[in-house]
Amino acid sequence: MASWGEASESRLIGKRVTRLSGKDKVTGKAKYTFDINEPGMLYGRILRSETPHATVMGIDLSEAEALPGVKAVIPLIEVGNKLRYQGQEIAAVAAETDDIAKDAIRLIYVDLEELPHVVTEADAMAADAPQIREDWAGNQSEPNIREDGDINAGFAEAAVDVEATYHTPVQTHVCLETHGHVAKWEDDQNLTVWASTQGVFGVRNDFAQHFELPANQVRVITEHMGGGFGSKFGPGTEGRTAVELARITGKAVKLMLTRKAEHLVAGNRPSMTQSVRAGATRDGRLIAYDMKGYGTGGISSGAGFTGPYVYHVPNSRAERVNVAVNAGNQRAMRAPGHPQGAFAMDSLMDELAEKLGMNPLEFRRINDPNEVRQAQYTLGAQEIGWHRRNSVPGSGTGVEKRGIGLGSGQWGGGGGRGTEARVTINADGTVEAVTGTQDIGTGVRTVIAMIVAEEFGLETTDVRVKVGDSQPGLPSGGSGGSQTTPSVAPVIKTAAAAAKQKLFERIAPLLEAPVGDLRVGTGTIYVVSDRTKTITWKQAAGQLGMESISEGGTWEEDLRQNGAAGTQFAEVEIDTQTGAIRVVKIVAVQDCGLAINRLTTESQINGGVIMGLGQALLEERFMDPVTGRMLNANLEDYKVPGTFEIPEIKSIVFDTHRKVTGVGEPPCIPTPGAIANAVYNAIGVRIRSLPITPDKILDALAEKA
Amino acid sequence: MPDKEKKQGTNISRRNFLKGVGTGTVAATVAPSVLIGSEKAADAQAGDAVANATIQLNINGKSYQIEVEARTTLLTVLRDGIDTSGSNIDLTGAKLICDRGECGGCTVMVDGKSVYACMMLAIDAQGKQITTVEGLADGDDLHPVQEAFVQHDALMCGFCTPGFIVSSAALLNENSKPTVEEIKVGLSGNTCRCGTYPFIFDAVKTASRKS
Ligand code: FES
Ligand code: FES
Repeated sequence: MASWGEASESRLIGKRVTRLSGKDKVTGKAKYTFDINEPGMLYGRILRSETPHATVMGIDLSEAEALPGVKAVIPLIEVGNKLRYQGQEIAAVAAETDDIAKDAIRLIYVDLEELPHVVTEADAMAADAPQIREDWAGNQSEPNIREDGDINAGFAEAAVDVEATYHTPVQTHVCLETHGHVAKWEDDQNLTVWASTQGVFGVRNDFAQHFELPANQVRVITEHMGGGFGSKFGPGTEGRTAVELARITGKAVKLMLTRKAEHLVAGNRPSMTQSVRAGATRDGRLIAYDMKGYGTGGISSGAGFTGPYVYHVPNSRAERVNVAVNAGNQRAMRAPGHPQGAFAMDSLMDELAEKLGMNPLEFRRINDPNEVRQAQYTLGAQEIGWHRRNSVPGSGTGVEKRGIGLGSGQWGGGGGRGTEARVTINADGTVEAVTGTQDIGTGVRTVIAMIVAEEFGLETTDVRVKVGDSQPGLPSGGSGGSQTTPSVAPVIKTAAAAAKQKLFERIAPLLEAPVGDLRVGTGTIYVVSDRTKTITWKQAAGQLGMESISEGGTWEEDLRQNGAAGTQFAEVEIDTQTGAIRVVKIVAVQDCGLAINRLTTESQINGGVIMGLGQALLEERFMDPVTGRMLNANLEDYKVPGTFEIPEIKSIVFDTHRKVTGVGEPPCIPTPGAIANAVYNAIGVRIRSLPITPDKILDALAEKA
Repeated sequence: MPDKEKKQGTNISRRNFLKGVGTGTVAATVAPSVLIGSEKAADAQAGDAVANATIQLNINGKSYQIEVEARTTLLTVLRDGIDTSGSNIDLTGAKLICDRGECGGCTVMVDGKSVYACMMLAIDAQGKQITTVEGLADGDDLHPVQEAFVQHDALMCGFCTPGFIVSSAALLNENSKPTVEEIKVGLSGNTCRCGTYPFIFDAVKTASRKS
């Protein structure tokens, strides 16, 4: 059975290793799609609708075409078709400079017949709302209903119950490198595209299908990419447009979304509004849960969220619908559906605990069936100093009041089949590892190098890792669902083991020992029964003469595990005069399985917590009901966390076993619930709608007074 | 009209392309595909009234001659500019992220002070010493800030990193021993979406001990 061995035997696995791409990234040498400068390259731009709902009556491209420096202008919608959200594509240009492309966009005239729009969930669900999705009566999908047990019996058994409505708004991904591509036709039949993507092979296959090319004649390259968070799987209209512009001009074309378009069309986390009633028995057992909720994913569906979440409820009913509005489509965003659901559930848990007169931590201990989290509760409570919380919420004195709260989360991250890889040992002792995955910032290159180096007794810097290129034809899945490391690591591990075995077979005669007696040391290979027999790695590889060893690997179930539990504790301080909220500290206890690289794992936990903090306190897409436009489609008014918002973060890599689990998503899940509960503990009034902003705090305090 | 079939190597029609971009199914006429021919462009060129200027910039200790428009930003020159000798300047470390002085992704040093290159016109950078992230290391020897960022893993996707590196170096130029609060203030003009801040603070601390 394949295994990662014991921690005590590991020289690299599980240690803190600085990332291989670090030097390129700190010197500006790392080339992102946005940085590709091909000779004679043109710049593409897209004209987008400012109108949220309209029929296109005509498009006049002639003035744009006539502008010097413009090389191509193409329509992206047919006359007679409908535009259904602000930002939808109308036409595209390619020009010699980006400024000329910008000018050309302004010279395109579009004749629109405006249609009535709705951009908020409430407006869309109103009785007299215009129908904006023909297939959804009242702009709502069929409800998705899940039932378990018997809620009536459950509520009959309950000693206390709580009824509340929780809301989270639409959030956008805000990838700092916007979605974009550089497309270049090598000839009629061969296409190269640099893509800022989380899925090199998915994008390759999309282009191959769309442009009717054999897949192996499309090369997609993603050496580095500037953030995706779930929004960068397909090429999108912008990708296909870049390729089309390159095709008709015969030149390389770079087309990156503007910051505004990134907010409007490149995906978002759907909103959630849920009305829930839940009951518990006197001894603190959660017994009944009845929830009805909705969310919007824009004009598309996909606005799901979890609930009930994490805690065991024997009797539950949950009903969710999608609401259509005239806004850009949702896309998966870091742990889709979970942070919203977790915020509501953890708020609800605290509300129930209070009704029971029970410590919220105790209430969770009774109702959380997950053993890992049970252990995490103990550790996290110690780290934050849970005993310091206000036993009576809001009872602190003074203007600035502090509070402590907690939240929980659960994720899969077990990886899957579908990755091919090759590990090669060359006669000069150099080592290469190649696979078609991509490094979206989590540091998979370094993880691959660590695994190979551990297997061969080398240093990570001795391993040349090649990822982010479809060219060698070694596919791997998209980086989503926290699946990259658990999908890739087992294949790399078995490929390296197979290559090592081949090398051992070659040198066993030389060392006059059976193959099974050979071991790697540090830069050496030796005979375990006679340690005087040893040669260096280089000498061993030298035996290959003109050949090299190159082996593939297989995905072994035993090397990875599904299921990542997490819990977080937050301490906040609230200025009761201004409503300002400062997160003082967050303790994140995150199950990671075997964290191959502890350093980059900690980075990911920090990152998840900070994104969760943004959701809790800052982020919200504002739509203007009158014009139907997004009011904060920039980085000034759409707030993401900056240096001032960053609390002390204690990221605890809670490794419970020696199997790999992905951890890109789960650390963002418990944060909003933990912060919301800490706010309540500080001021004794509950904010049930994210983001928790100073105005909401002041309103709540005024109402309480 | 130039031959629009010229680049039809893949046999995909305009109609099919449009279908694929997901614009719905209502049948309608399509505006014609347009490939701008050289004659048409040349005609229009005659009426071109945009005034260009050739300026000289000193970037990372090297002098460049570049033709710019009045509106050309320093960032555009660094990333997309072509020297009058015909070579790309290609200093793509500084990034355009927000395009309005909000994120710090484009930060460079101008006479030792950090500046948003997206907010500075190229013509205003004449006669000044411009240092980009590419100019901080001394050959293979990284700047202490760069070294500390790698050591502390103060980067994930790395897209914001060049901006943070330059801002941190500029901060240490002014305050060689900043507290965490001073680091937060000094880097408040930079944004990281991956959430690398805690390790950035650690890295700047470490660098401050070395410098
Ligand atoms: S791109 Fe210059 S500050 Fe954001
Ligand atoms: S490292 Fe990705 S945005 Fe900062």
